[in-house]
Amino acid sequence: MDVILFLIFAVIAVVCGINVVVQSHPISSAISLVGVMGSLAVLYLLLGAEFLAAAQVIVYAGAVMVLFIFVIMLLNAGGEIRHGRSIMAQVLGIPLLFAFLGLMAFFVQRLFPSTALVHFGAFQHGGAQDVGRALFTRFLLPFEVISVLILIAILGAVVLARKELE
Amino acid sequence: MNFFLLSLIKAAVVAFVLLTTLAYLQWVERKVIAHIQVRLGPSRVGPHGLLQPLADVIKLISKEDLIPPYVNKFLYLFAPFLAITMSLLSISVIPFGGEIHIFGDSTWMQLADLNIGVLVILAISSMGVYGIALAGWASNNKYSLLGGLRSSAQMISYELPLSMAVAAPLLLANTLSLRHIVLQQSGYYLGFIPRWSIFQGPMPQIFSFVIFLIAAFAETNRIPFDLPEAENELVAGYHTEYSSMKFAAFFMAEYANMVTVCAMTTTLFLGGWLPLWPASGGSSFVPTAIFLFAGAISLYHGLNPARKKDRITLPAVAVVFFLIAVLFLIPAAQAALTPLFWFAAKTGALLFIFIWIRGTLPRFRYDQLMAFAWKFMFPAAILNLLVTGLLVALFS
Repeated sequence: MDVILFLIFAVIAVVCGINVVVQSHPISSAISLVGVMGSLAVLYLLLGAEFLAAAQVIVYAGAVMVLFIFVIMLLNAGGEIRHGRSIMAQVLGIPLLFAFLGLMAFFVQRLFPSTALVHFGAFQHGGAQDVGRALFTRFLLPFEVISVLILIAILGAVVLARKELE
Repeated sequence: MNFFLLSLIKAAVVAFVLLTTLAYLQWVERKVIAHIQVRLGPSRVGPHGLLQPLADVIKLISKEDLIPPYVNKFLYLFAPFLAITMSLLSISVIPFGGEIHIFGDSTWMQLADLNIGVLVILAISSMGVYGIALAGWASNNKYSLLGGLRSSAQMISYELPLSMAVAAPLLLANTLSLRHIVLQQSGYYLGFIPRWSIFQGPMPQIFSFVIFLIAAFAETNRIPFDLPEAENELVAGYHTEYSSMKFAAFFMAEYANMVTVCAMTTTLFLGGWLPLWPASGGSSFVPTAIFLFAGAISLYHGLNPARKKDRITLPAVAVVFFLIAVLFLIPAAQAALTPLFWFAAKTGALLFIFIWIRGTLPRFRYDQLMAFAWKFMFPAAILNLLVTGLLVALFS
């Protein structure tokens, strides 16, 4: 059951991911990205990280992507106009892509050699309480540093918006 | 009984009751607003217009299903589907009552108790925005587009105070499962003040309740926050280009969102299915008393009829009310139905407030709407959350 669900949603995630690049209209790409986020949430759920799955849907699929679509709709962006592409990209593109994926796989295996196989349902500590405890004990410093970083980003946005007004 | 069979029966019952409620909620709304405006409301189809929802459904199904030639066809068809699916989905985690025993089996009056129940509802409602935003964009019409833009901006803005207001009672309850949130609110102070979140120490959640309710009005696109479909500016907003069942899907989605948000308010703040005062004080006999009273009123008006046909219809209604009152006296039925009665009564009272406000308040201007969300609701919700957190940390 778990494996079947994993295969279904992994395929959906990959197809939507390819669709983000292939589609020529920005709205279609953004909706495909929502599909990627949603299927990633299901994969988190299958791995036992239910809090992360809900947060993924609320924050990424819900808030961030709605803002993306809002901006695309507000600018009324039209479809992408395709210019003539370089011959290099057409000839070397796909071999280079496979070479890149191979290199990535190689380095991941070298960096994390003793990775055990993933078992669905083996991980039990994905609830809200466990995540909260981890954030406020083991990962307290990164958590606080990231919140300061986000605060700086908000301040930057406010400064940029004020400049435009004057 | 088999778990799957039991779940299937529960899902069928919940779906049937929910859809019937949606149809009749529209009848209730039209009647209440008509009486606020000193009109009669629907009164032609059936006694007191009671068959009006059925007639509306037949009308909507038999209308021509028009797809304008200039729309983005895939998204145009996908948007109403998304809106209705997301709004019907969230009822599955709402608890309607306690544990019941039928045919030697015990089950909870809830479809699924998730340990992230509250987050699931927030996630589903945040996905519901896409239905409206995409409908506005795919219609390829400037009024629809403006409606879609307004609704996405409004829903993003009001989701923040809504989530902050939800977080405060969660601090008291110390759980995310909706069933445990209700169970945690059981008990009474001094024997008669219920320990609902809005009364519960160390920090009664009354501010959080008001903020949640206001944000809920905005999230469901109801007056006074119904700018996405402001008919004097935008024709009909995001569903201008929709007809037939696709229009009905948006309509049903709006009412389903209303029911869900009221059910969630009941669960989080008003103690879910728990009675107003303890059963030892006779709260189990409240439904019987209410139905007896309603039956007596119907009988009185049936005997002194205002219209000719009231002589037949109102006594019939009175008999139904008396039968329900007797049903609530049977011990086995009483144990199962009284929690349902309290849940329906609280949710119904909130739904009545929604309709009442629609009949009372004018619409906001767009800048007022945004200023209210960001300059008042959001700081108030954060302040309430901080004070609650401090008091919970100090006293428990």
